[in-house]
Amino acid sequence: MTQIAPNQIPGIANGYRLQFEKAQDIWVLLYPEGMVKLNPTASQILQRCDNKASVQEIVAQLEEAFETSGLSEDVLGFLAIAHEQHWITLR
Amino acid sequence: MSSTMLEHGLKHDPSATRPGPPLWLLAELTYRCPLHCAFCFNPVDFATHEAELDTQGWIETLRQARALGSVQCGFSGGEPMLRDDLEILVAEAHSLGYYTNLLTTGVGLTEKRAEALKEAGLDHIQLSFQDSTREMNDFLSNTRTFDLKNKVAALIKKHDWPMVLNCVIHRMNIDHVDKIIEMALELGAETLELANTQYYSWAVVNRDHLLPSRAQLEKAERVTNEYRERYGDRLQIVFVIPDYYENRPKKCMNGWGNVFLTITPDGTALPCHTARMLPGADFPNVAEHSIEHIWYDSEGFNRYRGKGWMKEPCRSCPESDDDLGGCRCQAFLLAGDPAVADPVCDKSPDRGVVDQAIEKAQLTPALPLKDQPLIFRDPVESRRLSADKTVP
Ligand code: SF4
Ligand code: SF4
Repeated sequence: MTQIAPNQIPGIANGYRLQFEKAQDIWVLLYPEGMVKLNPTASQILQRCDNKASVQEIVAQLEEAFETSGLSEDVLGFLAIAHEQHWITLR
Repeated sequence: MSSTMLEHGLKHDPSATRPGPPLWLLAELTYRCPLHCAFCFNPVDFATHEAELDTQGWIETLRQARALGSVQCGFSGGEPMLRDDLEILVAEAHSLGYYTNLLTTGVGLTEKRAEALKEAGLDHIQLSFQDSTREMNDFLSNTRTFDLKNKVAALIKKHDWPMVLNCVIHRMNIDHVDKIIEMALELGAETLELANTQYYSWAVVNRDHLLPSRAQLEKAERVTNEYRERYGDRLQIVFVIPDYYENRPKKCMNGWGNVFLTITPDGTALPCHTARMLPGADFPNVAEHSIEHIWYDSEGFNRYRGKGWMKEPCRSCPESDDDLGGCRCQAFLLAGDPAVADPVCDKSPDRGVVDQAIEKAQLTPALPLKDQPLIFRDPVESRRLSADKTVP
């Protein structure tokens, strides 16, 4: 599995598109001839993968938005999966 | 968080009372095509369906399907580049929020049109390796084909589209998967689909020529795996075996009327692109009915939805949720009844038909079959075969 460092900067991979689907009331990730339906947590993380914020900053943003702490492990875990699935790139 | 929290793919809970939306819209813009593939998936009688929806008809279809929840849109054919309003339709689909896919042979994809398609918001091109000549044996050495693919591949790269190559595999080219993979690597593809011919339409007419032997298939899979080991990080290779060599059928279209909606050139709506061959009432047309009515209420789309239509052995089969009894078109083609188990299933009483075809494939010597010419898809053959009622 990919080891992700807190200072790396994730972005949605070329050819992938994150989008809110009104008809189904969910966020989806679209790619050539396919689609992944995202649960709320996954969509919150991916919405922040903008090629600007580092992993560490994304964690901070989420902790602030949800008034909680200790999300680091979950976010790193999800981003590792997302990277393996080629959904995101890491700089 | 774990990956189990992510629902993958185009799934829909089959036990839900109301079907989910037609997530996948396949717009077959035209049956016209400059090529003559012997495994063409267009209906054998395509030449008797020449009418095509006009631009406004397609735009209306795109809008209605999107409002219902369609999100993936594929433009295919025939060769969709032959529609000169393709750019308009892509732009409309894009602005509606579809992820837009173009399935093309690359014939007619010039620099100018590539630019216009990028501008229109096209997300992805799937380039297929179909040969542009009738000399199937020359398929791989044919420089004209290679030059064309080279040119189109460069355009795809230049415009930053993900490059997905698709090559239909059969008895005549399966021994050369190594060369096909090398070609894909050379073109800089990210994904290569080595899709064995599935036996519908023209491929049924030409089955003896196309179905590979077991030995051929095993060798091709071995070679593919070797390349995967060596180049896995550069090129993702998808290898689809012909379902005749499986003992369970595929869950065709992910279920009838479940996620896929095909609109044929003349506006006929189908649960899958080959369903028009099935006996029974005609499928509805977008010129006469709304997509909402077609998807949720039409007889055609409810005919084999869910499991209520099943006969034995499917009806009491513990695996019926896994494959929903397989493919209705294959059941009709091989067993004469679209409501029986797909004969690929080894629980089907008709499995013998599939075994016979496989057996023949082991015995048939290398090409060509002298007494039985390969039939290339073209309008003349199409009219001849549609007049000949022995061909489905
Ligand atoms: S399979 Fe070949 S002949 Fe048929 S539509 Fe595609 S490119 Fe044209
Ligand atoms: S009997 Fe029918 S439902 Fe059962 S595995 Fe075979 S095709 Fe599928």
